[in-house]
Amino acid sequence: MSQWPITLRRLFAPSLTEGAPPADPAGMAQLAAAVDSAARRRLGRSLALRAVDAGSCNGCELELHALANAFHDLERLGLKFVASPRHADVLLVTGPVTTNMREALHRAIEATPDPKWVVAVGDCAAGTGVFAGAYGVAGPLSSFTQVDLVIPGCPPTPVQLLAGLRCLLEPG
Amino acid sequence: MADDLLTYLAPATIVTWHRPCTRFELDQPAWRLLVERMAEADWSLLGLWADVDWIHMALRDEVEGGVAVASVPVIDGRYPAVSPVRPGAIRLERVIRDLWGHEADGAVDTRPWLDHGRWPDRRPLSPHPVATPPDAPTAEAYAFLPATGDGLHQVPVGPIHAGIIEPGHFRFTANGETVVRLEARLGWLHKGIESLMQGLAPADAARLACRISGDSAVAHALAFARAAEAAADIRPPPRADWLRAVMAELERIANHLGDIGAICNDVAYAFMSAECGVLRERCLRAAAACFGHRLMFDRIVPGGVAGDIDADQVGVLRRLVHGIRPAFRKLIDVYDNQASLADRLVGTGTVRPELVHRFAAGGFVGRASLRAVDARKAAPYPPYDKLDWPIPLFGEGDVNARVWVRIREVEASLDLIDALLDGLPGGPIAVAMPARAGEGLALVEGFRGEIMTWVRLDAAGRVGRCHPRDPSWFQWPLLEAAIEGNIIADFPVCNKSFNCSYAGVDL
Ligand code: SF4
Repeated sequence: MSQWPITLRRLFAPSLTEGAPPADPAGMAQLAAAVDSAARRRLGRSLALRAVDAGSCNGCELELHALANAFHDLERLGLKFVASPRHADVLLVTGPVTTNMREALHRAIEATPDPKWVVAVGDCAAGTGVFAGAYGVAGPLSSFTQVDLVIPGCPPTPVQLLAGLRCLLEPG
Repeated sequence: MADDLLTYLAPATIVTWHRPCTRFELDQPAWRLLVERMAEADWSLLGLWADVDWIHMALRDEVEGGVAVASVPVIDGRYPAVSPVRPGAIRLERVIRDLWGHEADGAVDTRPWLDHGRWPDRRPLSPHPVATPPDAPTAEAYAFLPATGDGLHQVPVGPIHAGIIEPGHFRFTANGETVVRLEARLGWLHKGIESLMQGLAPADAARLACRISGDSAVAHALAFARAAEAAADIRPPPRADWLRAVMAELERIANHLGDIGAICNDVAYAFMSAECGVLRERCLRAAAACFGHRLMFDRIVPGGVAGDIDADQVGVLRRLVHGIRPAFRKLIDVYDNQASLADRLVGTGTVRPELVHRFAAGGFVGRASLRAVDARKAAPYPPYDKLDWPIPLFGEGDVNARVWVRIREVEASLDLIDALLDGLPGGPIAVAMPARAGEGLALVEGFRGEIMTWVRLDAAGRVGRCHPRDPSWFQWPLLEAAIEGNIIADFPVCNKSFNCSYAGVDL
């Protein structure tokens, strides 16, 4: 069988994509405090995201992946994942920042052109989560770099991620 | 040659508080003889790990099926190496040295593995850590194996990769487009989970077990819980066993669906990725509706499960299974008839059966290369002892074969969930963990393959030592073999077809 019967049915069936959640008010408040409105205007309403795993258990990555599926369809919001930090406006950092990843993370942040936003995704990046106190953990992220937005959760669900990321698109 | 593993070890001292398999204490000469014997015997390495002054090794007799743990004391910081006869032990010996400082005499590879020269202390798990000298060589100074020849060049990739993926460094030596050698350098995610677990009550350590590798949260939590329960000599109630299996099969289906889609996506067939993504999302939503968490974190606890499901939730799972089955069948039909997919995936990233056997690799990597071992059947734990299902086996060892193993396993797991819901016993869902000392070993089949977790509980019932061995330990080295002779551009799809865990081996 070819893919076409399935594709055709999809064309006429109701769309799976759900309405995007509104921007999270807590996130809006954080952003307003962290980034001046001139920079926010310059970043605009279409943003390139780059994910950096700095010690995650990979649970957060699974939910970042789920943003691309038909139910969540991240790209309709003007947000898309890019392959290099050099192309990115936003760094999404997951994990508690391990000692072994600290330098690589630092280089990724340096490689991202200004103005940029750094978003802590998940409880690990927000603090150090369940890995607090481990000898291989150098975090939290906020001790190395300015964190503009925190999306908590272990892992945050795709809907929580969307609500957080939408804050980046709202005019400041 | 006639002896099986357990007969061979029988003269050694038996540790009476180790369950369910037997642990034998050997002196160093006896351990040396055991290693010599392993050169000929078909005893696969399940794990190699250290304690304060012991080295433990779990083995399975591939002919008779028996599992045993052999232990040897570390004397003057040294023990006889296993790596000369079991290549799967190479990285494990390097880890033992990095974390504990125990040296393996005769080790095949003495380079560091997890220790990148950046931790505040060397040998952080030993009772006597030493401060890392400020001039310690860091990951950049790591001595990659040399490859010399005309026209060879190196391509370093990582630790950060394009895409939403875990960090690891890959060093390709290529001749034009063709990979001559790949060497992986991992350890970037090392947090120190084993040390964090020490001293915790099993219920708290279980939360860490869940986060060893988030995609295998259920499987790792199950392996930890079963090891802790064996150590404390208790059994969870039957309903807990069955609910655990429902979660484990749901996790397997969700991950396989994600992998099948991602593999196709890596050869630019986005249709499959989109369709599998929809089915995967349906699984995660059902998991959230029935178990309260999309990835089922913290649902399995030592002693049982954290929550029960009611008739409505059983209905949700039934509808999920009955919805996925026909949709998946159509997708498989598409996969099977797409010439462009066959062109890219057949014959790509081949691993020979002998190599899979030498490393005792399990899961889809093993079963795509004729190694059928599945922990659910090899030493059936409840409720799998009451169920039957086919174990898919392919011999080609390529990306396509690894996809087909996953396809067949999705089908089998859908049927298993139906059977589990049919047979779901009533009764309580958990028992209390007693404060009791003991040691336990558990073997659990995660979606990647066999997880081995070993737990020692102290007299207060707290975790004295825990070692979780992810299936990826024995699969990562095979990826290096699979890519040889392939083009660099096919590395992502080969890598995806293995889908080894980075977090699970870095710990
Ligand atoms: S926040 Fe939770 S899911 Fe995310 S990396 Fe940490 S432990 Fe894993």
